[in-house]
Amino acid sequence: MNGQNESSRSTISRRQFLAAAGGVTFVIAAGAFAPDIFAEESRSVPGEDKQITAWVRVQEDGRIIIYNPAAEMGQGSMTALAVIIAEEMDADWADVQIEFSPIEPSTYGLQWGGKLGGPMITVGSRTVRGYYHALRHAGAQARYVLLHNAAEKWGVPMAELNTGQSVVIHKAGGRKMSYGEIAAFAKAPPQLPEIPEVEWRKPEDFRLIGKVIPRFDIPGKVDGSAMFSIDVQVPGMVYGAISRSPVNGSKPELLNEEDVRETEGLIDIVQLDHGIGVIAETYEQALNAKKKLQISWSKGAKAEGFDSVKAYALYHKTAQDKSVQGEVVERSGDVAQALRSAYKTYDIEYNTDFAYHAQMEPLNAVVSVAADGKSAEAWVGSQAPDTARRAISETLNIDFSQVTLHPCYLGGGFGRRSMADYVEEATLLSNKIRRPVKLIWTREDDVQYGAFRPICLQRMQAATDEKGNLTGWGHCITGTGGGLLDSGATINYYTIPNRLIEVRNIDHGVRTKHWRSVAHGPNKYAIEAFLDEIAVDQGIDPYELRRRLMKDHPRELKVLDEAAALATWGEIDKEGRARGIAFCERSGSFSAAVVEISLDRSSGQIRVHRVWAALDAGVVVQPDNAIAQMEGGIVMGISNVLQESITFRNGKVRQSNFHDYPILRMADAPESIEVRLIPSREAPQGIGEASLPLMGGAIANAFLKLTGKPLRHMPFTPERVLEALEG
Amino acid sequence: MKTSFTLNGKAVQVETAPDATLLWTLRDALGMTGAKFGCGASLCGVCTVHLDGMPVRSCLTPISMAAGRSVTTIEGLAEEELHPLQKAWIDEQVPQCGYCQPGQIMQAAALLRSNPRPTREEIVSYMNGILCRCGTYLRIIKAIERASQSR
Repeated sequence: MNGQNESSRSTISRRQFLAAAGGVTFVIAAGAFAPDIFAEESRSVPGEDKQITAWVRVQEDGRIIIYNPAAEMGQGSMTALAVIIAEEMDADWADVQIEFSPIEPSTYGLQWGGKLGGPMITVGSRTVRGYYHALRHAGAQARYVLLHNAAEKWGVPMAELNTGQSVVIHKAGGRKMSYGEIAAFAKAPPQLPEIPEVEWRKPEDFRLIGKVIPRFDIPGKVDGSAMFSIDVQVPGMVYGAISRSPVNGSKPELLNEEDVRETEGLIDIVQLDHGIGVIAETYEQALNAKKKLQISWSKGAKAEGFDSVKAYALYHKTAQDKSVQGEVVERSGDVAQALRSAYKTYDIEYNTDFAYHAQMEPLNAVVSVAADGKSAEAWVGSQAPDTARRAISETLNIDFSQVTLHPCYLGGGFGRRSMADYVEEATLLSNKIRRPVKLIWTREDDVQYGAFRPICLQRMQAATDEKGNLTGWGHCITGTGGGLLDSGATINYYTIPNRLIEVRNIDHGVRTKHWRSVAHGPNKYAIEAFLDEIAVDQGIDPYELRRRLMKDHPRELKVLDEAAALATWGEIDKEGRARGIAFCERSGSFSAAVVEISLDRSSGQIRVHRVWAALDAGVVVQPDNAIAQMEGGIVMGISNVLQESITFRNGKVRQSNFHDYPILRMADAPESIEVRLIPSREAPQGIGEASLPLMGGAIANAFLKLTGKPLRHMPFTPERVLEALEG
Repeated sequence: MKTSFTLNGKAVQVETAPDATLLWTLRDALGMTGAKFGCGASLCGVCTVHLDGMPVRSCLTPISMAAGRSVTTIEGLAEEELHPLQKAWIDEQVPQCGYCQPGQIMQAAALLRSNPRPTREEIVSYMNGILCRCGTYLRIIKAIERASQSR
C-alpha cells in the first residue's frame, strides 16, 4: 500500500479505460474515465494485460482478472460474482484472480430496473440476485471479444470457433489459442454487441455455477495477509479517536482544551457536531487524549430521557389504541369483521429489544485529504462504497471524481457498514490537518454510538372458525425506526383471507439501522410464535397447521417439508428436549428450520442442541458458501434470540462491550447444523439473511412444546425464561 | 522505551511509550497487522498471539512483558509451508469475514501444541474465549479435528 499515491499517477496513462453509455460498453481512450483505483499497485496481479471488457482483464501469461463490484464482508459474493462471469466467458477457474472493481456505480452498480448502473450497495442479500443476469451477459461479452480477436487473427468466421476453458478452438483448422495468447494482440471492438440469452451457457452445462469452488478470499484470511481498512498503513499516517454524544443529538463543548493539548503525541483537536475528535501520532496516544477530554453536552436533545424498558408500556398502549390507524403494510378483506364474527379470537403481544451489530472489526477508516484540500484518497471497508466516496466529496465540497476510494475487506458488516458516518468523521479529521488519518472506533464507541435494530412490539390478532381455520390476521407493529420496522411482516405464503398489517412508529430520536435481515427477526418471531400458540390451543401439530396454511403454495411447502423430514419431525423427543419449527421468506428465498432445545430449569438457560434447515434460493451459485451462510445466520440468530439486548436509560446506551453485550460463544453453539439446499432452476435469490429470522420462532416454539409456556420477549434471557416458567 | 524481543523468529527492537501494549506495537510499529483489535478488554480474543508459545491477548499485554521473549503472530505461524491448521481452515472453508480467524488459529495452534489429540469438549473449552460474529464455530471445530488427525 505504501507509496501508492505517487506511482499510480505514472501508470494511468498506459491504461485504457472503459465507460458504459446507455447500457452498451465502449472502449475509450485513457483520460476520459481514469480513476486512480486502476493504479497498478492497487492490483493483486501486477503486469501487462489487456482490458477485455469493463469486467475482465487478461494477462499474456493467461491469468484472468475479474472485477468484483460488491463488498466482501464474509458472505462470499466476491467469489460468486467472478464465478458467474468465468462461467459464461468459459474461463478455467485456475486462471482467475479477483479484484475489487473501481467505485463507479454507472458501470458497476447493481441491476436497477434490469440494467447495471444502480448503487454499489451490498445490502439485503442483493449481490448475487442483483448481478446474476447482468454478469452472465458480461461474461458472454468477454467471450465474444476473445472469439472476435481469434477469428480476425486466423481470418476465419467467428461461427467456426468455439471455446473451452480459457482456450479458443478452431476445430476445422485443428488449432487452438489460449486466452493469454489472444491478450497479447487483442483489441477490444469499438462496440460490444448484446448477446441474446439463448446463446448463454445452458444451465445443464454449467461447470462452475452450482459447483463447490473454494472461496478466493480465504487463503489471505488464514495467513494474516487479508487487508481490512484497520490494517492499512500509508506514509505519514496518524491516528484519530472521537468522543461522541452519550445522548444522540447533544452537542459538545470542550472544557479542558489546554490540558488535552499537553497529551504526549497529540497533533490536533477537532470540534465536530456530535463529538470531539483528537489526532495523535499513535493510536494509544489518541486514546490517552480521548480519556482526558472533559466535555459539557448540550441539553434538550430529543433522545434525552428515553428509557427503552419503560417504552414497552407506550408501545402496548399505542398498539391497543382503537382510535389510531398506522401506516398500512398490507390490507386484504376485513379483519375487524372477521374478528367480530370469529368462533375464537387470539390477541397476543411479542416484544423485541434493540440489537447491536457487533461486527468484529470496529468501525474505522483511513482518509487522506490532499494538502490543498481539493482531492482525497480513502481506504474503507464499506457496504456502500459509492455512498462513502460521495460522503467524502460532499464533506470536502469537492467533485466525486476527486475522491479515490480503495475498498478493503470488511470485518463484518451486518448492515452497520452501509452508513458512511465513520467515513465522514475520518474525512473531517484528516481535513483539519491535511494528512492521512486512521480513525478507529473503540468497541465502547461502537456499542454506545451504535445504530441499532429497532426495539419493537408486535401485537398479533387472529380469528378462527369452529374448525380452527384461520379467518383473520392482524399484525400491528409499534416501535422506533420507521421504515426499519415492517420487513418480513407480510405472509403471502400462508393463505388467510382477511389481513391487516400496519406500523405505528414512535420516534425517540435514537439511532437505528438495518441489522442482518432488518425487521424479519422480530416479525418472523412474532408470526411463527403466534402460530404455535394458536396450534397448541387448537390441538393441532404446529407443522401440520403450517402445511394447511401453505396448501396453495407448493414451492414454500416443499421447503417446510424438507426441513421437517431432515429433522424427522414427529419422532418422540428425547427426555428433556423438544423441537420447534419455523418458516421464513427473506430476499426472495424460502427457508425453514427445526431446532432441538433443552432447558436448565434452575438457571433458565436454554440450550440449542441441533438445527435442521432447508433453503430454496433458486439457482445457488456457490453451494458450500450458501451452507456456510445458513450456518452463520443460524448461529448469529441464536445469539440474538438468547442473549442480545441493548437498553437505554436517560437517553444513554447502557451496554459498552462484550461483557454486557455478550454474543454467542463456541460452547453455546449448536452441536450440529444440517442444511439441505433444494435444487432449482429459478432465478437466484438472497441467502445471507435467510436463516437468521427463523431462530426466534423455532426456539420459542420448542420452548412452548417443552414447557407449555410461551416466550413473548426477545431475547430469551435466563431471567425472562424463569419468569415465563412461573407465568 | 526500547524493548527487544524475538518476533516470528527474528530479533527486533522497538521504541514505544512505556504503557504501550503488545497489540498496537505489533500492528503499528512492526507492521504485523494479522493480530486484530476487537474489544481492547480481553473479551473477544481476536488479538491472540503467542508469547513463548503460550496464547496471550495482546490488547492487554504490556510491551514490557515481551522483553527478551519470543512472540509469534499469524504471519509467523507457517514455516516451510502452511501450518496444518491453516490448511485445515482452507479445506473446511472456515472464514467468512475473516477478522477473528488469526486469533482463532493462534489459539488453536497453542491447543494442538499442548494437546495434539483434543476431544471435542477440550476444543470447545480451549477455544471458547475467541468470538466469531459470523458464526463459523462448527467449521472451526471441524478444522481443528482435521488438523489434529493429519498430524
